[in-house]
Amino acid sequence: MSIIKISNLTKVYDGSANEIVAVNNLNLEFEKGEFAAIVGPSGSGKTTLLNMIGGLDRPTSGEVNIDGQDIWRLSSRKLTDFRLKNIGFVFQSYNLIPVLTAGENTEFIMQLQGKPRNERSRRIKELLEAVGIADREKSRPNKLSGGQQQRVAVARALASKPTFILADEPTANLDSKSTETLLEIMELLNKTEDVTFIFSTHDARVVKKARRVITLVDGKVESDVSK
Amino acid sequence: MIWSISWKNIWRNKVRSSVVIMAVALGLTAGIFSSAFFSGMMNQRVKQVISNEISSIQIHDTNFRETTELEYYIPEASLISEKIKSLDNIAGVSNRIIIYSMISSAETASGVKITGIDPEMEKTVTGISTKIIDGKYFEGVSRNPIVIGKKLAEKLKVKVRSKIVITVQDVDKNITGGAFRIAGIYESSNTGFDEMNVFVRVSDLAGLTGLPEDAAHEIAILVDDNDVAMIKSIEIGKIWPELEVMNWKELSPEMSYMTEAMGLYNYIFIIIILFALLFGIINTMLMVVLERRKEIGMLLAIGMSRMKVFVMIMVETVQLSFTGGVLGIILGGLISKYFEVHAIDLSRWAEGYSQLGYDTMVYTSIKHEQYMIIALMVVVTGIIAAIYPAYKALKYDPAEALRIE
Repeated sequence: MSIIKISNLTKVYDGSANEIVAVNNLNLEFEKGEFAAIVGPSGSGKTTLLNMIGGLDRPTSGEVNIDGQDIWRLSSRKLTDFRLKNIGFVFQSYNLIPVLTAGENTEFIMQLQGKPRNERSRRIKELLEAVGIADREKSRPNKLSGGQQQRVAVARALASKPTFILADEPTANLDSKSTETLLEIMELLNKTEDVTFIFSTHDARVVKKARRVITLVDGKVESDVSK
Repeated sequence: MIWSISWKNIWRNKVRSSVVIMAVALGLTAGIFSSAFFSGMMNQRVKQVISNEISSIQIHDTNFRETTELEYYIPEASLISEKIKSLDNIAGVSNRIIIYSMISSAETASGVKITGIDPEMEKTVTGISTKIIDGKYFEGVSRNPIVIGKKLAEKLKVKVRSKIVITVQDVDKNITGGAFRIAGIYESSNTGFDEMNVFVRVSDLAGLTGLPEDAAHEIAILVDDNDVAMIKSIEIGKIWPELEVMNWKELSPEMSYMTEAMGLYNYIFIIIILFALLFGIINTMLMVVLERRKEIGMLLAIGMSRMKVFVMIMVETVQLSFTGGVLGIILGGLISKYFEVHAIDLSRWAEGYSQLGYDTMVYTSIKHEQYMIIALMVVVTGIIAAIYPAYKALKYDPAEALRIE
């Protein structure tokens, strides 16, 4: 059963003569539990597509249905709330809150959700152990390596128990070893937490791990291969 | 959560935040100290006026203040003063005969206000007895002693034990005079008062004018707390509705106005300081919001509501301002406290201040509620300063903000 259904999705930047069609009448579906990678050259529309699925970039036309709900018909306030409850984000440059520790960064989203303290503490431990940095709970991001920071970002994305996680070039700033570790962790969490992962990536190692690879060229699906 | 994260955010850039905090703190320190200084100066002036010149409450015949005629006296004044003494909050009562007339020495003459007093009763109301700089307070001269101010003594070119003549009109409107010998010379901080006021015994003045000894043109009352003077004057007025009962604010409206105006000026001064600081705070917070654009985009992306982002920036700005405010209040408060007991010496400009009736040794004074009002003003400044930067943060588009490298 598909949890995300994208229909005739189009995004055009700048309505003047120099308009750029970032995503062009695109149709896609994602099933629950997928571990999918969206690949393609720079400017192919990967990040724009991810942003539209994540409720960050409003499409020029088309629909993004998540669990049967067209998210772009929601009001701004409801869309924010929808993101909070249903979508986890992992960004290329980690984007952790520098003044909070690894544990606090993981906890933050649960605080926004209004989860009770006991549940938050339990989940922090569980997630930081799952991403292999339980011993760095009290460390601030500037005391963590890039790989460790990205693992905290994964823990944060999972903390809200989202339906799916959108990861925009999550390994772009990581070395081979960190990339390998992170991918293994995400693959494991994909199975244990039963969370759908959708990546945009250039990284061959991510493509290798992905069970489905969608190739975009000029905002259109060139190929969609499931392994 | 928002309080904690906002507080942590302040200390991201320690130098910048410290500069803002110190600017607020020093601005408020200056504001509080100057308020305390001028309030202290004003309070001392009010106290002097009350204790040396007008007392807290005065009772007159309804026609006396307007005409200053001899005949408008309060008969059997001692009965009234005895009853007043038995009321609550009364520190002292003094019956006075008052005549505006001429005083002359061998050298020259001057127009003065002659006040006939019972020296012991007067001690309970005014501090003239404590301001004698030469001679003694109604001692050392057995017949017709007089106490005059230093400025008048200089003008008349007289000294202790010199003889001076008072010329007055008696109850039959005949001009009469009496020779008095100077028992003491006083000096208050108001040279104008010193030049204008002389004190004699009420019995001597009554004898000279033919007034009954128990008559008084004025019953001066000192209350133990100036704030109750108004209530007391109403209470006394109800007991003797046929008499004119006035408190110090009515007797000296210019003093009352100056006290109120000074309080207002102090707040205006602090508002000006805070207004200047406001722009510094806005500038800093705009930089903060711009620097953290990507992070704010991330917060919006992961599901933090725009309202929470707005509140976070608001809280951060208020915390930043309030930290400076608290430091300023503590610092300004400590400096003001120190000068409450260690006077600020303005004697270099003594002549000018004395002529205006102000003491040259100023003790600062600030009320606790002023600290509370100032703290509230700082919070309001913080809130006003926060609105625009927080609004800017509110307008960020998360997708666009996240694209920033």
